[in-house]
Amino acid sequence: MSPSFEMVVGLEVHSQLLTHAKLFCGCENRFGAPPNTLTCPVCLGHPGVLPVLNEAAVRLGIRLGLSLGCTIHHRSVFDRKHYFYPDLPKGYQISQFTYPLLTGGAIPVRSGPEVRDIRLHRIHMEEDAGKNLHAGIRDASHVDLNRAGVPLLEIVSEPDIRTPEEAVDYLKKLRQILRSTGVSDGNMEEGSFRCDANVSLRPIGSSTFGTKVEIKNMNSFRFVHKALVFEVERQSELLERGERVVSETRLFDSHTGRTLPMRSKEEALDYRYFPEPDIPPLVLDPEWIEKEKASLPELPQERILRISREFGIGEAEAEILVVEEELARYLDEAREALRGHSEKGGWPLEKGVARLVNFLLTEVLREWNRKGVQVLGDSLSSAEIAHLLALVTEERLSLSQAKDVYAIAVESGKSPRKVIEERNLSQESGEETIGRWIVEVLAENPSEVQSYRDGKDRLFGFLVGQVMKKSGGKANPQKLNHLLKEALGR
Amino acid sequence: MELTRQQVLHVARLANLSLTEEEVEHFAGELSRILDYVETLNRLPLPPPGLHVSEAAKPPTPLREDVSRHSLPVESALSNAPDRSGGFFRVPRILEEGR
Amino acid sequence: MSASFFSSLEEFRKGRDEGAFSIEESVRHYLDRIESHNPSLGAYLTVNPNAVNRARQLDNRKARNPAQSPFYGYPVALKDNLHAIGLPTTCSSAMLANFRPVENATVVDRLLKAGAIVLGKTNMDEFAMGSSTENSAMGPTKNPWDPARVPGGSSGGSAVAVAAGLAPMSLGSDTGGSIRQPAAFCGVLGLKPTYGRVSRYGLVAFSSSLDQIGPFSFSAADALALTVLVSGPDGKDMTVSSRDPVEMERDFAMGTRGLTVGMPEEFFGEGLDGAIAASLERARAVWESEGIVFKPVRLPSAKYGINVYYLIATSEAASNLSRYDGVRYGLRSLSVPDLKALYENTRREGFGPEVKRRILLGTFALSAGYQDQYYRRAQQVQALIREEFDRAFHEVDLIFAPTTPTPPFRFGEKVADPLSMYLSDIYTISANLAGLPALSAPSYPTPSGLPAGAQLIGPAWSEGKLLRMAQVLERAVGTKRPPDLFSKKGETAA
Ligand SMILES: [Mg+2]
Ligand SMILES: [Zn+2]
Repeated sequence: MSPSFEMVVGLEVHSQLLTHAKLFCGCENRFGAPPNTLTCPVCLGHPGVLPVLNEAAVRLGIRLGLSLGCTIHHRSVFDRKHYFYPDLPKGYQISQFTYPLLTGGAIPVRSGPEVRDIRLHRIHMEEDAGKNLHAGIRDASHVDLNRAGVPLLEIVSEPDIRTPEEAVDYLKKLRQILRSTGVSDGNMEEGSFRCDANVSLRPIGSSTFGTKVEIKNMNSFRFVHKALVFEVERQSELLERGERVVSETRLFDSHTGRTLPMRSKEEALDYRYFPEPDIPPLVLDPEWIEKEKASLPELPQERILRISREFGIGEAEAEILVVEEELARYLDEAREALRGHSEKGGWPLEKGVARLVNFLLTEVLREWNRKGVQVLGDSLSSAEIAHLLALVTEERLSLSQAKDVYAIAVESGKSPRKVIEERNLSQESGEETIGRWIVEVLAENPSEVQSYRDGKDRLFGFLVGQVMKKSGGKANPQKLNHLLKEALGR
Repeated sequence: MELTRQQVLHVARLANLSLTEEEVEHFAGELSRILDYVETLNRLPLPPPGLHVSEAAKPPTPLREDVSRHSLPVESALSNAPDRSGGFFRVPRILEEGR
Repeated sequence: MSASFFSSLEEFRKGRDEGAFSIEESVRHYLDRIESHNPSLGAYLTVNPNAVNRARQLDNRKARNPAQSPFYGYPVALKDNLHAIGLPTTCSSAMLANFRPVENATVVDRLLKAGAIVLGKTNMDEFAMGSSTENSAMGPTKNPWDPARVPGGSSGGSAVAVAAGLAPMSLGSDTGGSIRQPAAFCGVLGLKPTYGRVSRYGLVAFSSSLDQIGPFSFSAADALALTVLVSGPDGKDMTVSSRDPVEMERDFAMGTRGLTVGMPEEFFGEGLDGAIAASLERARAVWESEGIVFKPVRLPSAKYGINVYYLIATSEAASNLSRYDGVRYGLRSLSVPDLKALYENTRREGFGPEVKRRILLGTFALSAGYQDQYYRRAQQVQALIREEFDRAFHEVDLIFAPTTPTPPFRFGEKVADPLSMYLSDIYTISANLAGLPALSAPSYPTPSGLPAGAQLIGPAWSEGKLLRMAQVLERAVGTKRPPDLFSKKGETAA
């Protein structure tokens, strides 16, 4: 981007909600069923049907509002938004327009070395549309209405985002909150977390907004980043040439990494919003909101501070763990498992916890980034990892052995216990046993011992190697070093 | 108010009704007369719009329990369809993208 | 053959339980009359082919289990905008000519659960838009008092079915007068319940905030029973109140002495036909003789009711009718080269002129740049009308008004001028706008022998009281049936 321009981005996220049933009918809210098998007269938009609002969808809206510090409106209103499209059965979408459920709130995002609040404009409830399919069909399109009527929250940010990185961090944080509060599974591949961006540029120092372009079809964090990087280049080139940015909707093409103008529709859009007469204004019981507040899980910001405090690590490191909900839970669980080992082994818990945090931030995080949630599966459960690190703490396994064991376990799908057993990998720290191996090695290599004692220092390494070999690699290296030096009397 | 041909055509486009030239003329005249009649409302002095106080005091809205029920058998869901293909409703090829 | 097999629901129950007739006999009576008279009247669009079967089944089951609802085996007709599985729901529109509902309307479910038998589906103005049943894609329905005259609308078929003895009772729907106006034109009682009294689930929507289902009958007691049966909370309609319908029976059982009834001067002035005014004067005398007190009230904004109605109802209708797009059900044009043509040609071919007119008007009233001036403004005046009714009901128990400005008009008289047609609802519309219960009771016929209707409007949930008033008039006027003018076969009086 030219240094004279600043990027201004606002994001609109559509998040499907984790309810059993759809927003206005009893059809199951489920992805991947055969076409039109999750439909009824209501979500098919038959003549004469009426919507009945799902309590759980409202509850999840309240929970998200509480988690993001939004104002929860005790009275909100559903509206009809009109347009014709085959995936929209009634010719209108039931949404909230003038009086949304939630307004305000913010999401703190990483902005370079700092943390900045991205303010939220509004969050409203609405129903999803069905799906039109075109691929592989000649001269026709097909309509599947299984998704029609699935509950959505549309989360609209203020235009506070200034870089593609902030945009991605905002989305990651939002997704994490949606997941940790049980509001949504945030699954981008299945479309339960979808993002559009409004992007404009303005001269640095300007407080007015430039002409904005809406970008759609970015279905991964990587694509959001790519699309924004492309768009900011495109717009700044236009502006530098003295041309104007056209207000339009553009689609991101993941094959080329470019955004392209969407084929514009002939009809001018006029949604003709008006209050949905079939749904009375949504009036909430304040006690309900209090009840939800009390049952809300630890919020990400709270958890970062707690983990930083309890595990003695920096907030940045704690945040890495917390952003990935499962890792944070894994850490908490593994610590509880370590507690048992520390009590049995008579060593201080902190010693094991320090190893655990390090191991998680290095070994586990590396595999997590490679393979995702499967590295926390049964064979690598928090109890298994605690066991592995208890062995290290008790010096029955070296740290490098533990790393090897972990890597093998991840690859093979076997548990660390099984790997250790199969490879006979316990560490020998007993002074008596190590002493016996030393005595034998010294007896077997009299000339080398003599040369060492005469000043040939490098032969120490040779002797360590011989003892290690005799131990089958199991000797605790520190113990071995210490005892060998003693035995050689130097 | 007098509705122009242009306005009638715009509204017809929004409503996805195609009108013959005759109909456009006819409806422009007729709707103009109806609008002239209903427009007397605009001469009434009224308080500024806003939420009714009585609305705010209403009891909480009863909501539907989040229980999923059996959907229609797909044959029933498609039973009124003018055109179908397998389990899908079939429509002319959609050219606009990415909506 | 007599026009009715029994004179009331109570008489039906007695005859049925005492074995004076079988359910099948009663149903056959009405089916025979439909066969004889419907070709000339055009009240029914569809006759239930399963009605006799069901009657037999009910007769058999009755033998095993005698204690039943009064509606067990009772035949009723349904306006063709109410869903009943097994019968098409056409709304008298080419758009839905072949639509087969996959569910029953809630009111139909309740009727069937009580054991009632659906005789068939009745003609109406297309999508309930009209006041004469002339806007039906299926042809007109004739007024049984004078076949040159309209039966009123939009529930013309349901009104005629009862008036002509082709059903003992029927259900219709009322958005701006569509039950009361045809009731008045056909000489029967028609009740529009309080908005939120009856579930609208399975009623094809015209204007969602105004539509309400209600009965046609000859007697207030019958109307009460049918209304109570179909009313009450429904998990499928969020706009239904949780109130217990039984309150209507309690109110109905109380006397009328000492009630105060308001007469809005706005409703008895210019524009009211002299014959109707005279008929209503006699009705008032009846009530006064029963100790009911009349006094003038003011409803100054009521005269804007038509204006408000034709903005709100058309806006909601334009929205509700967006779903008819030729994709999932209903008509699809044969000419659909692309998506735009699918929509535009389907909707051009499927909707009649009145429906198109209202879709255009409603779309305009909601469109960008005009919504504040039209739709919002109408909502504000609607609030004003509500407030005026509220105030009036601090002074009086009920309001008395004409149902229609004139007796039934002739076919074609108003079709060319939509505005004059709209004005025939001028007295009925405000009750819908205010969500209030209202009925039209048969008053004394005009000197030329045409029916006239007396309208009563009450505060919310006062249906019982309204029907009690209607019953007083009913006893004085007596039940008047149209002469059997249209019989094709030679019939003998039973
Ligand atoms: Mg949206
Ligand atoms: Zn459904």
